[in-house]
Amino acid sequence: MIKILSKIDGINNVLENNNLLEIEFEKNNIIKIFNELKDNTELNFNQLLDITAVDYPSREFRFDLIYILQSLTKNKKIIFKTFIQVNESIESITNIHKSADWYERECYDLFGIEFTNHPDLRRIMTDYNFEGYPLRKDFPLTGHTEVRYDDLEKKVIYEPVKLTQEFRNFDSESPWEGMENKLFGDEKSTGEN
Amino acid sequence: MKEVELNTTTINFGPQHPAAHGVLRLVVELEGEVVQRAEPHIGLLHRGTEKLIEYKTYLQAVPYFDRLDYVSPMCQEHAFALATENLLGINVPERAKYIRVIFAEITRILNHLLNIPAYAADIGAVTPFLWCFEEREKLLEFHEAVSGARFHAAYFRPGGVHQDMPEGMEEKLFEHFKTLPKFIDDLESLLTNNRILRQRSVDIGIISKSEAIEWGCSGPVLRSAGVAWDLRRSQPYDAYDQVDFEVPVGKKGDCFDRYLVRIEEMRQSISIINQCLNKIKPGPISIEDNKITPPKRNQMKKSMEALIHHFKLFTEGYRVPAGQVYSAVEAPKGEFGVYLVSDGSSKPYRCKIRAPGFAHLQTLDHLSKGHLMADIAAILGSLDIVFGEIDR
Repeated sequence: MIKILSKIDGINNVLENNNLLEIEFEKNNIIKIFNELKDNTELNFNQLLDITAVDYPSREFRFDLIYILQSLTKNKKIIFKTFIQVNESIESITNIHKSADWYERECYDLFGIEFTNHPDLRRIMTDYNFEGYPLRKDFPLTGHTEVRYDDLEKKVIYEPVKLTQEFRNFDSESPWEGMENKLFGDEKSTGEN
Repeated sequence: MKEVELNTTTINFGPQHPAAHGVLRLVVELEGEVVQRAEPHIGLLHRGTEKLIEYKTYLQAVPYFDRLDYVSPMCQEHAFALATENLLGINVPERAKYIRVIFAEITRILNHLLNIPAYAADIGAVTPFLWCFEEREKLLEFHEAVSGARFHAAYFRPGGVHQDMPEGMEEKLFEHFKTLPKFIDDLESLLTNNRILRQRSVDIGIISKSEAIEWGCSGPVLRSAGVAWDLRRSQPYDAYDQVDFEVPVGKKGDCFDRYLVRIEEMRQSISIINQCLNKIKPGPISIEDNKITPPKRNQMKKSMEALIHHFKLFTEGYRVPAGQVYSAVEAPKGEFGVYLVSDGSSKPYRCKIRAPGFAHLQTLDHLSKGHLMADIAAILGSLDIVFGEIDR
């Protein structure tokens, strides 16, 4: 199977890891590759299980876009991966796999990745009129707005998040590097001055 | 050219409606009483579980899985435990595998004992609901006995299970599962040949084999269409390769087939549990590596080493080697998968949850086209929708 896969145009890297095939592909060839995967009788990846992304803010190609496919006849699962920049879009595969519809909408909603030729690319998980992309690493865990029902105005009100306690994210992994502000007398120990 | 007058009514179903099984807003376009288009609006229960998990250690992430599909909690912990174990490269002991299989199957029965009567209630039968809740309560006592909680168990942990079954539990389980087949027979006598149930569910919401695969369906929905696909059989995990069971499949893929598949699955689950109870042997219930499994309380009273391990595990947590993995289990609703990315720290870098209900709800528009408005309740019930896992 690995041999057939690596022959397909646009597939760069085939890795077998943890009993799972991981494959990188060129995003421009996506339609051709997914058609081939579905129609080739030796592969027959007929079920799309999920589409998701992973955000690496420091990279130039910021997102890993991940497609998880399954072949019910060959009993095999595959992770397909491609890299995408922030304002880049990718071709939708809703014409090949119907289930891609909502998966792509979810990906668009939570990461802000655009899929061209998608029939109905709207937000799906978040609130109506929501702004921002929650699963990006630079989106704060607490979010930006909070919602409450105002009894006097008789309507739901959106306002900026107010935290009664500052958001705490302890870095317990590096206890000796955690302190950044210097204490009085620290200069004696480091030999400065 | 002839002028055609479009006379469609758009109605709003939900977000609060007992037949919506949670918070589902459905915009339905009707022509007369015939559904032209049904568009689900989901996300009303979106809690950002995936984002929250990125800020928690691997152990702290476990309870979030109970709260996804809150009627089958342990099966979802199972998927996360398997994914983490896969990244850690560890193998859980024999006894833990059997305990997990026993409780995954109890969870499956629990789930079906809720879904079947809820479905029946949607289409007019109330009695099964009351019967099944009594039976569920008895099964939940087993959940409580091992984990201390009826629903949010946090029992399957990476590395094994939290604690061993209490003494005498195996006999109790054995005794209980002698009586359950009788209950399922009684339940069937109320429902299977009931005229109303058949009229409301036969030939309603038909999904064909190829469509079911195409739409990403799994579990009872896929099997009812005639595809004999069960992850417990095709990609066995834990002790599923040690037990013998049958995979029920439907013929037509309508609501009635989905109901029948679930009934038969309960019978198979009982058989799996009985086989496990015969095969289970005493032994450790989690891997004996204190770098991953926290020490027991009595050890902590005596050993400094154990105390340090306990402290480190509950503050920093264990570090998981960098890598990515996709692990899936056959949850009662279908394929529940966890795609986990680790960057080598003690918190997951990304944890994507693949919920079966998400794919199933997507087919609703397709399934309900051309049916009556009242059939939407039947189709929703037969798809086994729970919003905890769909909205995440």
